[in-house]
Amino acid sequence: MQQFWTTLLGGLTLGAVYAAFALALCLIWRSTRVVNFAQAPMAMVTTYVGLEVIDSTGSYWLGFVVALAAGLVLGAVVERGLVRFVEGKSDLNVVILTLGLFVVLHSLAAIVFGQDYKSFPAPFSLQGLHVGGHNLAITGFGVFTLIAVAVVFVLLVALFRFTDLGLKMRASAFSPEVARLLGVRVGKMLTLGWALAAVVGSLAGLLVAGGSLVFPQFMDSVVVYGFVAAVLGGLDSPAGSVVGGLVLGLALSFVSGYAASDLVPITALGILVLVLLVRPGGLFSHVAERRV
Amino acid sequence: MTRTTRRGHRFRRPAGAAALLLVGALALAGCGRDASSREPAAAGDTTGVTDTSIKVGATFPLTGVAAPGYSTIPKGAQAYFDYVNDNGGVYGRKIDYIVKDDAYNPTTTSSVTNELVLKDQVFAMLGALGTPTHEAVVDFLNSSKVPDIAVSSGSVTWGDDPKEHPWTFGWQTDYESEGKIIGKWIADNMPKARVGLFLQNDDFGASGEKGLRDYIDKQIVAVSKYTPGGTDVTPQIAALQAKKADLVVGFNVPSYTALSQLVAMKLNYKPQWFYTNVGSDPTLVGSLLANFSKGQVKNGAQLLDGVMSTAYLPDVSNTSNPWIQTFDKIWKSNGSGGALTNYELYGMSQAYMFVQALQATGKDLTREALVKTLEEKGGDFTGPVFAPYRYSADSHLGTSGMKVVKIEGGQVKDVTGVETTDIGDADITESSESESTPPADGIPPAE
Amino acid sequence: MTAVKRVWGIPLVRHLVIGVVALVVVLFVLSSLSPFRNAQMATMAYLAIAAGGLTVLTGLSGQLSLGHGAFLAVGAYTTAYLLKDPDPPLPLVVIMLVSVAVALVVGGVVGVAAARLKGPYVAGATLALAVAVPALVRYLHGFGQEQGLHVIVPDVPRWFTDIVWQITGVDVDPVSYVAYLGWIALIVTFILLANLMRSRTGRTWRALRDNDVAAEIAGITLGRSRVLAFVMSTAAAGLAGSLMALSVRVAAPSGFPVDLSLTLLSAVVLGGLGSLTGALLGSALLTFLPQAVTNWGSSAGLSDVQSAELAPVVYGLIMMAVILLAPAGVVGSLRHAWQRRRGLA
Repeated sequence: MQQFWTTLLGGLTLGAVYAAFALALCLIWRSTRVVNFAQAPMAMVTTYVGLEVIDSTGSYWLGFVVALAAGLVLGAVVERGLVRFVEGKSDLNVVILTLGLFVVLHSLAAIVFGQDYKSFPAPFSLQGLHVGGHNLAITGFGVFTLIAVAVVFVLLVALFRFTDLGLKMRASAFSPEVARLLGVRVGKMLTLGWALAAVVGSLAGLLVAGGSLVFPQFMDSVVVYGFVAAVLGGLDSPAGSVVGGLVLGLALSFVSGYAASDLVPITALGILVLVLLVRPGGLFSHVAERRV
Repeated sequence: MTRTTRRGHRFRRPAGAAALLLVGALALAGCGRDASSREPAAAGDTTGVTDTSIKVGATFPLTGVAAPGYSTIPKGAQAYFDYVNDNGGVYGRKIDYIVKDDAYNPTTTSSVTNELVLKDQVFAMLGALGTPTHEAVVDFLNSSKVPDIAVSSGSVTWGDDPKEHPWTFGWQTDYESEGKIIGKWIADNMPKARVGLFLQNDDFGASGEKGLRDYIDKQIVAVSKYTPGGTDVTPQIAALQAKKADLVVGFNVPSYTALSQLVAMKLNYKPQWFYTNVGSDPTLVGSLLANFSKGQVKNGAQLLDGVMSTAYLPDVSNTSNPWIQTFDKIWKSNGSGGALTNYELYGMSQAYMFVQALQATGKDLTREALVKTLEEKGGDFTGPVFAPYRYSADSHLGTSGMKVVKIEGGQVKDVTGVETTDIGDADITESSESESTPPADGIPPAE
Repeated sequence: MTAVKRVWGIPLVRHLVIGVVALVVVLFVLSSLSPFRNAQMATMAYLAIAAGGLTVLTGLSGQLSLGHGAFLAVGAYTTAYLLKDPDPPLPLVVIMLVSVAVALVVGGVVGVAAARLKGPYVAGATLALAVAVPALVRYLHGFGQEQGLHVIVPDVPRWFTDIVWQITGVDVDPVSYVAYLGWIALIVTFILLANLMRSRTGRTWRALRDNDVAAEIAGITLGRSRVLAFVMSTAAAGLAGSLMALSVRVAAPSGFPVDLSLTLLSAVVLGGLGSLTGALLGSALLTFLPQAVTNWGSSAGLSDVQSAELAPVVYGLIMMAVILLAPAGVVGSLRHAWQRRRGLA
């Protein structure tokens, strides 16, 4: 029974990280209709920046804030400096551009930050929490992860549902021409979408790294499973991203603990195919496929 | 498997003059067949050897998932060769050490090994790393008759069958023998322990398990396997905890030693840990864990205290060991900066053994002569390794034994003497050989 | 003259003539190269075959696959499985065809599922596939787990050596044998693909890519066309995988990382989406560029690790530059320039 609860809690925290990553993908999809494959390496770079700050100042929270700020800047720079030039062209062009960026950032990070393992501190205890004499298989940092993802989710929903800005962002992504006619500064909105998504991506990076090891490939498994989680939920829905992430995290954790770790990827594929065959737009796709 | 070249063809004429012309034109345009097809001299193959140099090739993961740690091994070898070269080289020949990146991908290993052998024309390969990666090139190296020395992997494939691979030699203690030595120690000293296994999901874990089961088959209560680079290992450790394993033997890489310790802390799981030589590296893992203490791990450095392990080489933390002193001095004069690590020590030790073999081969260096030296004299080589290499005409396996050690206060303390064994049903015996000391200048003497 | 022109106008005839000429040229080029260059040519051949298939899928039918490495794995493992013993049960050519068939069947299953999905969802599913297949072969028994299967390349058949000798006057060694096989397979594949692209099917694909709704209104069955494109590209990947196993001499899970799938995609992009010549050029770049860049890096005084990382940086940058500056790819841009010049003259 203890193993069950441990695996469950492990799966939840793992799933929360996938959810954070999926939320970043969802945000950028909602605001620009682009899948950013360079999300993970961008987060990897900002996490390294955060680590440098932590190592030189000794303050976790300063590093945390700097990493998020670095994400904001990096996101905006990538949109302004690269993606801007292929906007409105074939979707494939943007995808390939971000794949190119993926490769470049990965290798540059190895050159700049080195290939070694580095430990990334956590602001909270890495020991299991003690509740009523029992050890819970979740650390203070694990709880922080869950809360952070919940907060981001609520903020995102609020942004798109209750603010003018969110509406403008969606309009710019959905139909730039119409949005422009209505006086929305589409360019600004796209930049903002990339910047905010990169902040959420940086947060995902910090959550993966905290209390664990950092090296240029540390986000690799998140690239695949975070993306699968986003697609699982339906790229367009923040709730879908969170549910997709948690479902995937739990499933993978149980398969890894009770069956075999080599079955993890095929399980992810199986779940994804099953869901997509029933609902080709993902779990939370409420809008019928857009028709011309 | 032998391949025959059919010389008969050489006497035939190609179809037409036009064809000949085309061949000529293309040969001029492209790069023609070069020296690679030259016939070796009767005395033996001297490819890669000149009066002033010896070309040596190596493949390592310098990029990708396996790069952290492993990418620094060749720095150690490079430092040692630079030191030897600064001191006049071997019989006046300087060692030209060429390292290629294979990203731990067999496809890349194959292409860069082609490049080393066919284009760069190396004399020998030294320390090529990895089981699946080297598997891709071992037949090619053997059919090309390239000495393939000190493969950086503990698979028994590297040396258990010299008839199949006469040019390939292993180096470190194979994982099966290591499993046997750990298994026997547990059977003798902790016969009541409930043993859980934490295994890397490949040949490393599988061979280790095989060796362990020779001695403690009945004591093993749980086996958990992880895939490197996969998802978090909480479920694996939870499975060991659920079976109430109070002694966990880990056949895992160093990063997973750190990760399994962090998970155990999360689960409040406190078994006795026994990591293999590959995974223990107290300096590396200890410093990784110690860094967390800046966060909230209060006893980061002490997490490894009391952890058992094995050793076939002295640890860099053991500064009173004369080999460590010698290599440290060489690292300071010729290394690429920073404190000497166990990875670099590993590379230096391989390079030392290689120079030893070159010295013992003598002035007339050929590929055949080098292999003959290793088979005839390699078993008597002394070096930083605790137990002798098993090199002979019947076995090309590397060093044959190790000590059981314990980590205390970041230092590696001996628990047993040197236990030697071999693969299969060979017994384990305590080695009677006294520990060797390095030559004064750190370079093995010429014969 | 007009008769010649008319015959030349038939795509099949044109492609066959080009194919035969290419075959002769390839024989002479390969026979004049060093074993190392031959090994590189073998690599280029299998990359080009896979990239050719991906060109049909991505460039023509507009579907993005991030998991074609998985189909290479299927082809490679089929070949390796049949060649793990010194006495293969089937002739090599049949083994290669079996590998194609297995990849084709797997591709069919995946293609049917993928045809229902839109862009990013196909990408997600294929990405998961790229990770799942290597993990699955690691898990299953009989595929050698992490070490993979050893491939024993059959001896060069006597008749083959004889033919090559008769034409070029050079013996065939085991390394160049794989290069010959690869390039013959490449030429055959490209003739087939070129015909397909010129055919009604090819036009259908283009229509789909450019506007699927309009195409459907025009009476094109979306699903069937998409699946066909998918299956064609996976068959090509299966053949590529088979040749990869022969040239690498091992089929192991670590040989099929996600990077492989991305690499293939970049080969398609570098040359130009939708052009087979582009795929050829892209695979040439991928084969020869890393080595050149790495060597340049070490001679420029970078450390081994840094120069090893330099190759991906350069090809990633080229990939981005191509998309930003010449979205039609190198071949496409040259073609445009040529057409413009002719138009002016």
